[in-house]
Amino acid sequence: MAEGATIQQSEGSVWGGGRQPFGADYGKLMMWFFLLSDALTFSGFLTAMGMYRYKYEDTWPIAENVFTHFPFVHGEAPLLYVALMTFILILSSVTMVMAVSAGHNMNKKGVILWLALTIVGGFFFVGSQAWEWYHFIMGDKGSVKLENNTVVYVSNTEGKIVSLNELILGEPKEHGSHAHFKTEAMRKAFKTKEEYTLLYPGKTREMIPRAEALKMIDKATVIHGANLKENEYGNVLFGDFFFFVTGFHGTHVFSGVVINIVILINVIIGTYERRGHYEMVEKVGLYWHFVDLVWVFVFTFFYLV
Amino acid sequence: MAHHNPNLPSEHHESPEGIWWIWKVFIILLVVTTVEVVLGIIKPEILLVSFMGTSLLNVIFIVLTLVKAFYIVAEFMHLKFERKNLIWTISLPVLILIPYLTFILLTEGGYMMKLMQ
Repeated sequence: MAEGATIQQSEGSVWGGGRQPFGADYGKLMMWFFLLSDALTFSGFLTAMGMYRYKYEDTWPIAENVFTHFPFVHGEAPLLYVALMTFILILSSVTMVMAVSAGHNMNKKGVILWLALTIVGGFFFVGSQAWEWYHFIMGDKGSVKLENNTVVYVSNTEGKIVSLNELILGEPKEHGSHAHFKTEAMRKAFKTKEEYTLLYPGKTREMIPRAEALKMIDKATVIHGANLKENEYGNVLFGDFFFFVTGFHGTHVFSGVVINIVILINVIIGTYERRGHYEMVEKVGLYWHFVDLVWVFVFTFFYLV
Repeated sequence: MAHHNPNLPSEHHESPEGIWWIWKVFIILLVVTTVEVVLGIIKPEILLVSFMGTSLLNVIFIVLTLVKAFYIVAEFMHLKFERKNLIWTISLPVLILIPYLTFILLTEGGYMMKLMQ
């Protein structure tokens, strides 16, 4: 591989400067240390979520009941959208490696092309996340909040989750409809329709017998969508962690895009050409791959496990 | 110290020639993600047996995630080709602290659930 810059390391004393104990320059080394600390921050968030998930096992939502939308697809398509997001991010990681590789060859045009594609991928990802948040916030089926703040789904007696739309209007919810129902309407419909009961959202999939559910329903309220105080999918902490962790990751992606743009401008005006090497691209590349790395874990622990 | 250049580049470490290895890693990441998504959608009954405190399927997901993480860090972030002291400086804190934190927090969470019952 053609080496852009071959500046010889001066043979000073170990503490006299001019030497690289790690064989990496100051900026690259500090980027690694920053990423190390950031990795520990993210692992703090994810393990904290794991702790509460273990604690509230029976009310912790199952991801496939939460993230079911895909653009232009009617009906339920769990996991597919987030798989697409993962694909976009991995692809933008690949274009970033291409940019770094072009930089090693002092190929300015190549760096511009691949870095620009990386930025496009980053924007697609951030946009997808906005779409995902929108559907999470608007809600899907709607559910019922009991007097003790536990959120449960309406289900039929086989344990299949039923939307409030189906309970009250008798027909499955139309895709994209965000009708909001009043608590009174829900209570009235629940009492008259014998075939429905209540179901805990967690993986235990425990059903509340109808006789008991009828006693609870008079103090229960309708809940649509999600915010930091309550969400229709189950335990309130699930929504809090979702907003916080994916939000924190999305902020990383966004700042990564901004940094990439700054570097791209510098590439275009020839800053690194004059400097004699494109190591700056390599440093932002590290950051960008880290964002991809974190997403791999967020994907697993929010959507798969 | 003859002339210390603040923009001295890092020494270049051996990485494979050309760009074929980039596509190799991409294919691996793609295949692993596809396997995860397919397993996540069909959730085979046979993999839902209890294993290591969770289901076997979840253990498979976590192992596949670690495989992906390895390829991203080692190949894309080029850590595999750095000096040994840098490799260990970055990976040891992560490899020690994160499993430790995971272990204590999940144990604590399980205990709190038992207390509530």
